[in-house]
Amino acid sequence: MGKFKTRMGDGFMIEMSEAEIRQDLEDGTKDAAERANVDPLSQDDLDFLFDIFASPYRIVGVEPGNECCLSYDSMNTKIQRAQIATSQLQSIQIMERALGADSLELAHIDYSYKPVKPIVTFEKPVMEQAQLLTIPPLLYGAMPNMGLYSQPDGPCPNPADLIPKGKLAEAIESYEAAIEYAVDDMVYVGSEMYESGADGINFDTTGAAGDAEFFATLTAIKKLKKKFPDMAIQMGMAAEFVLGMHGSIEFEGTRLAGLYPHQQLKLAESVGVSVFGPAVNIVTNMTLPWNMARSCTWTKAASDVSSIPIHACLGMGVGGVPLNLTPPIDALSRASKAHVEICNLDGL
Amino acid sequence: MGMHAAHALVSGMGGMRTAGDLVARMQYSKKMRKDEAKKYVADKLGISLEELVDPVTMNELREDLDIGRINEAPGVAKGIDAKFRIAKLLDLKINSVEIFKEKIEKGF
Repeated sequence: MGKFKTRMGDGFMIEMSEAEIRQDLEDGTKDAAERANVDPLSQDDLDFLFDIFASPYRIVGVEPGNECCLSYDSMNTKIQRAQIATSQLQSIQIMERALGADSLELAHIDYSYKPVKPIVTFEKPVMEQAQLLTIPPLLYGAMPNMGLYSQPDGPCPNPADLIPKGKLAEAIESYEAAIEYAVDDMVYVGSEMYESGADGINFDTTGAAGDAEFFATLTAIKKLKKKFPDMAIQMGMAAEFVLGMHGSIEFEGTRLAGLYPHQQLKLAESVGVSVFGPAVNIVTNMTLPWNMARSCTWTKAASDVSSIPIHACLGMGVGGVPLNLTPPIDALSRASKAHVEICNLDGL
Repeated sequence: MGMHAAHALVSGMGGMRTAGDLVARMQYSKKMRKDEAKKYVADKLGISLEELVDPVTMNELREDLDIGRINEAPGVAKGIDAKFRIAKLLDLKINSVEIFKEKIEKGF
C-alpha cells in the first residue's frame, strides 16, 4: 500500500505508511494511558482513527446525528486580531449570523480578568447592547492568567525568580497572595458581567500558571455560583496536566498538581461548572496520528465519566490541531471528527 | 478565525441556521449532555432529531415560532424579542430576559 499524506504536530506535511500510522496511533494512546492511568483507546477506536487518516479527501466530517455545539475562547477578538475593522458587537454578530456559532462570547482584546477589571464599566454596556441584539447564549470570557499578578506586571514577588534561587517558601507565599488577587478580580468581573445580562462566564486557559491558578479559578467559581446560582460557567483548561508550580496546594482535600482531564473535570463538576473543556497540548515534533490518539485518550476518559457537557479545546496547538497560526483544513477537520465521534463530545 | 468556520462545517450544529443555539442553551442552563439536550429541544419543537439540524426545516420553523432566523425579514424577531419566546418555548429562565423584564416593570 502507498503512503498517506499527514502532518507533524507543527503542521508541516509528511507522508506515512499504513504500518507507521498504526504504530503511532498505538504509541500515542499507550503514552496517554500510562501517564494518566486511564484506559487506552480500543482497537475499534484505533481502526476508526486510521480510517480518518487514510481518507483521501481534503475535508472529513461527522456523520449526521453526531453534530455538537460550538463554543469559543475570545470570540470577537479573533475577528479584531485578523485586522478586520469591526467593533466587538459587530464581530459577535458576524459569528452569530455568518459563521454558524451555536453560542457566543464577548471578550476584551486583552483577554484576562486582571486587565478587564479597571475597564469593566466599558464592557458592561457592550454586553447589554449585545444581549438586546443577539439570540444564542452569550457568555463573557477571559483567562484567569495568574502570571499577571507577579512582578513586574503585578504586586507579588515573581515565583519564577524565587524558585531558581531556592526560595521555595517565598515562592509558595507569593502564589498564595496572587490567588487572593486573582479570585477577587474574577468574582468582581464575573458578577458585573452577569448583572449586565451575560448568560454565563467563561474561564479560559485555566491552570496556565499551574496548580495555584487552578485553585484560584475553582474558588472564584464557587463564590460566583453561591452569589448567582443560575449563572452558567464554562471552564476551559490550559493543558492536560496541572503543573505543580506551587506543588502542595489542595482544593477541598484534592491535591491539584498532576491532575489529568478526567480528574480536573470532577473538581469542575463539584463547584458547579456547566461546561468543561479539556485541553491536550500538541507535541510539535511528533506526528498527528500520535498526537490525535493521545489527545482522544485523555479527552475520552473525561467524557466517559462526565455528568456535564464536554466541549474539548480544539484550537491551534491543542486537541490534535497543529500548533500553527493557519491550521490546515485537512488536519483540523480530522481532529474535529475524531474527537467528536470517539469521545462522544457535546461540543468543541 | 478560519478554524471556527471549519469546525462549524465539520462538526457544528449550525447555530441559528438550525437549532444549535437552542441545544447550546440547554447545555449551559441545565447542564444537559448532547443527546439529552437535543431530545429536549426536538420534543419542545415537535420535530425529529434529524430535522433539528436541517437548515431548511428549521428556517421555516424558526420563522413560524418567531424565534429569530439568519435571513432577515421585516417584523421577524431579531434579538431580545426572540429570547423572550425561546425562554417560554424551552421553559427556561434567560438572564437577559429577566433583566429586561425588571427594567420594563420599573418604568410602569
